[in-house]
Amino acid sequence: MDALKKTPLYDTHIALSGKIVDFGGWALPVQYSSILEEHKAVRERAGLFDVSHMGEIEVRGSGAFEFLQHMLTNDLTGMQPGRCRYSPVCYEDGGTVDDILVYKHSDDRFLLIVNASNTEKDYEWFASHAPKDVIVENQSASWGQIALQGPKFMRVLEIAGTRGDIPQKNYTFTENFSVAGIDCMISRTGYTGEDGVEIYCKAQDTPKLHSKLMEAGKEVQLLPCGLGARDTLRFEASMPLYGHELSSEITPKEAGLHFAIKTAKPEFIGREALLEPEKRTRIGLKLIDRGIAREHSDVYLNDSLAGFVTSGGVAPTLGGNYAMALVDSRLANEEFFEIDVRGRKIKAQKVALPFYKRSN
Amino acid sequence: MTPNDRKYTKEHEWVKINGSIAEIGITDHAQQALGDIVFVELPNIDDTVSAGDSAAVVESVKAVSNIYTAAEGRIVEVNESLDERPELLNENPYENFIFKVEFTKVDENALISAEEYDAFVESEA
Repeated sequence: MDALKKTPLYDTHIALSGKIVDFGGWALPVQYSSILEEHKAVRERAGLFDVSHMGEIEVRGSGAFEFLQHMLTNDLTGMQPGRCRYSPVCYEDGGTVDDILVYKHSDDRFLLIVNASNTEKDYEWFASHAPKDVIVENQSASWGQIALQGPKFMRVLEIAGTRGDIPQKNYTFTENFSVAGIDCMISRTGYTGEDGVEIYCKAQDTPKLHSKLMEAGKEVQLLPCGLGARDTLRFEASMPLYGHELSSEITPKEAGLHFAIKTAKPEFIGREALLEPEKRTRIGLKLIDRGIAREHSDVYLNDSLAGFVTSGGVAPTLGGNYAMALVDSRLANEEFFEIDVRGRKIKAQKVALPFYKRSN
Repeated sequence: MTPNDRKYTKEHEWVKINGSIAEIGITDHAQQALGDIVFVELPNIDDTVSAGDSAAVVESVKAVSNIYTAAEGRIVEVNESLDERPELLNENPYENFIFKVEFTKVDENALISAEEYDAFVESEA
């Protein structure tokens, strides 16, 4: 594993007995105790994730706003400083470069949070399209990032001690903030389907921030959580994951992300392709027969191939096994499908997405 | 402690032989490596299996693992409690068999002692 990239929390993971795996070139813990226990902690109490591998790309300059309007499928018009917005980034053919979170500091300064494995590709993509009045800077190495997620997250912050306004609304952030005396930026965002925050700090401050939050979390029995729980949580909340529900071969429209595709905007990369009706549609399936449908399993309707599974597995909070699948749009309203699992056809019923939605 | 009352395979199964019946399960190391086990696909009673066949599948949240049989013969019993409680393989791997084979032949070359198995796990780490 020597060739793997390490986040500033690598030694922390080892000290907490994290089971380290190669995640797209990063040495990260898949779990510390148990994926199911960690999943449960986030749904019921609180969990702490190292997401320092995520990429941070700053876009600044007098043309920054116009540039992003051209690069993103979502529309940043009317977006206030201190707000976050989700957006896919597309190729001309509608295929997805990445799906990202945009933090607006001002009309001429934005921070893009991109998927770890796409950081270099995204940087190249943005930098190669940037006009003279825009600077694109890959700041990933200087940032650490920790996600504090779960219904008790506020109590953990309270105990840790904060200075500055805790963002009250979803998809807002506070820039000059501090947690346990550590300077950071904090946003009311996450990737678990629970309430919570993501905290950005200097790379070198990340271990201290993590240990302060671990300590503060004792009262609510917070657990450190690995990539395994991050995946089951986002899967249950039916959030797309790049490389699975989205890719250069899958458009955000096929993935059902219509809310973030603003074709009313006169121009952006991929617009023409995204005006076309999608040929495939992402659907949710609940397995009726026993078994687990994994990614890439074929999905059938009356013995003819209808599509394939993009993510599948156990939904720990709901109970039972579920799958997200990309199927022929003409078949997307059918109710019963079959999924090929090791040569056996397993019955599955279409269910609404998201599978899990928190009550509040 | 790895129990001394049975043999092991390098695929991390245990094989316990009583007369003409071989019981097969997974080792503690296997369940730790898999993590939370959420599904076990059991063979059917009366299936015939050859040595080296994958006779069952154990799935954890993240991984899928074939369970091979070193005993050749007929499946005579499966552990149905794993249908409802697959986590028994995490909690008590040596007390919970997966299936039993009435064997005509056992692939002795594939079997190692508890001590040899522990050394093998050590060498893989």
